[in-house]
Amino acid sequence: MSLLEISDYRLAFDGFDGTAAVLDGIDLAVEAGDTLGIVGETGCGKSVLARSLLQLNPVPPARVVSGRILFEGQDLLRLPEAGMRRLRGRRIAMIFQDPASYLNPLLAIGTQLVDVIRGQDSAAGGVVRPRRAARALAAELLAAVGLAEPERLLDSHPHQLSGGMRQRVLIAMALAGEPRLLVADEPTTALDVTVQAQVLALISRLVADRGLTLILISHDLGVIAQSCARVAVMYAGTVVEEAPTAELLARPLHPYAQGLLAAVPDLDRPEHRPSGIPGSIPNLLRPPGGCRFHPRCPRATAECAATKPLLRELAPAHRVACHHAAP
Amino acid sequence: MITYLLRRAGLAALMLFGLICLTFIIANVAPSDPAALAAGPDAGRSQIEQARREYGLDRPLHEQFLRYVTDLTRGDFGRSVANGRPVGQDLARYFPATLELCLLAMALGVLAGVPLGMLSAVFKDRWIDHATRILAVSGIALPPFWFGLLLQLGFATALGWLPTSGRLSVFTEPAAPITGLLLVDSLLRGNGALFTEALSYIILPAIVLSLPCLASILRVNRSEMVEALRADYITAARANGVLRRRLIAVHALKNAMLPTLAIIGLRWGWMMSSTVLVETVFDWPGIGLYAVSSAISGDFKPVMGVTLIVGLNFMIANLVVDLLYGTLDPRLRDA
Repeated sequence: MSLLEISDYRLAFDGFDGTAAVLDGIDLAVEAGDTLGIVGETGCGKSVLARSLLQLNPVPPARVVSGRILFEGQDLLRLPEAGMRRLRGRRIAMIFQDPASYLNPLLAIGTQLVDVIRGQDSAAGGVVRPRRAARALAAELLAAVGLAEPERLLDSHPHQLSGGMRQRVLIAMALAGEPRLLVADEPTTALDVTVQAQVLALISRLVADRGLTLILISHDLGVIAQSCARVAVMYAGTVVEEAPTAELLARPLHPYAQGLLAAVPDLDRPEHRPSGIPGSIPNLLRPPGGCRFHPRCPRATAECAATKPLLRELAPAHRVACHHAAP
Repeated sequence: MITYLLRRAGLAALMLFGLICLTFIIANVAPSDPAALAAGPDAGRSQIEQARREYGLDRPLHEQFLRYVTDLTRGDFGRSVANGRPVGQDLARYFPATLELCLLAMALGVLAGVPLGMLSAVFKDRWIDHATRILAVSGIALPPFWFGLLLQLGFATALGWLPTSGRLSVFTEPAAPITGLLLVDSLLRGNGALFTEALSYIILPAIVLSLPCLASILRVNRSEMVEALRADYITAARANGVLRRRLIAVHALKNAMLPTLAIIGLRWGWMMSSTVLVETVFDWPGIGLYAVSSAISGDFKPVMGVTLIVGLNFMIANLVVDLLYGTLDPRLRDA
């Protein structure tokens, strides 16, 4: 059994202008110890998918239409809030995009970490450790993510820290409950390039040292190539291709994935100009029928507009959702 | 933090000076002749001129202003021309009554407004939210004199549970004031009977005075809580397993309290300056009644004194709010 198994997951957002089909039949499996990257444009639903794993999407407007998200055999979509609370931070933890807004500006770093640690104790139903013990663990966690002077840091506030330090604090928080699955939603997007590399290296090291399973969400293929063994490409709420990272970079089979790769500038061959994908992402209130990519696809036929292609395994561990893709 | 406070205190001092100037100017442009008032209704021209000299009203304006300010620094608010008593003495008598009424009303407003705002944000769009919204709208919409009369009719006349008006029964002789606040004094002296009596007199006017204040605190706190509960840091704290009650009562509330504090400070000033309606309905011997009766008879020194006291109070309240802001928001401490 996989650690995480998502099948036929459809999520809609109900709004004033109608219902947006944000996730449209996601099928993904993540084995324990896997490192999976999810790549896609802004608005393709990758963050919504990440938040679904912790049931953080606000309900309403979010509404589950169909599907299952099995984690360790439990269906998260049917788990009551109390059960979900036992998982948050302790089995599944999450790192967020913009560390400046994901840390409480008014609370000391120590208070926020201690609240996380004690909250998890309480959710576990066991003894809630005293603040002093929680504080000691908090300092250890800060040291584990490479922050100097953890004791002093516990008493400082988010605005006194740099972006990279804040992200490390958020990572320390995510580690507090010794989770099995770490979901990182664009963890480096808001950071400087040099800090990006350090944070990515830190995440990779922690994943290796602690035997974590990682799902890394990014719009940046380079970030994913650095830290993930497998990658799934999302487009407009669907997974269009999934393959080992090296394989996808070398031989993308879905026209959208090919377009994404063609859009990356190649520094070794400057004469190859990066090319964009014509058109723009569809309005999910009225998504195109059949394959959601067909209005922008150079290979689209009548079949693409009529029926939605399912993920097919075209090569070992390489699945593509396209009527025309061939190995 | 120290520089932040010093800056705030400096600003308050400037504002106080502005306020002193303003009261002086208003008293001088008002279409009333204090000398004529002092001299009495049957006084002739020469008597009025004599009164003018006596009160120093014939001196040039800047001299009058200088004297006004130097008198103030000695705690001398001038003399009422109507009853001849020093205004400072009257203020010392009436102000504690208003202060006590306002303190209790504000305490009721905060103690009810903040939790109700929280509750209504947590249960947004459920029945409890709708119920508090009705409370908030009626709190702002109900005219205090009408609501006061209604309470008097209900609790005093019909049910007979509480007295109609006044601060104490006419037969009760309060001991010499310690703070001037009856509730506090009676507690300090361990006089339970007096405390209960004072409470039975103050509770209705305090409720009437607190209602609009409660309503605005509730509304601000609710919307700020709704905002805070949607914030990214709450999502992150929830994702990491922070307990729900801690999330609401500490992580979100602390952020929501910043704007709520600002409205509390504003409401305090507003409350102090608008007690007159409530004081009239409940015959409460406070500065509101004092100011209005003085204003009606054109007696300006008491009006100026009350304006200054109310303004000073507003400034102190704002200073306290700034101080609380500083303790709440670490970004301000470092700024």
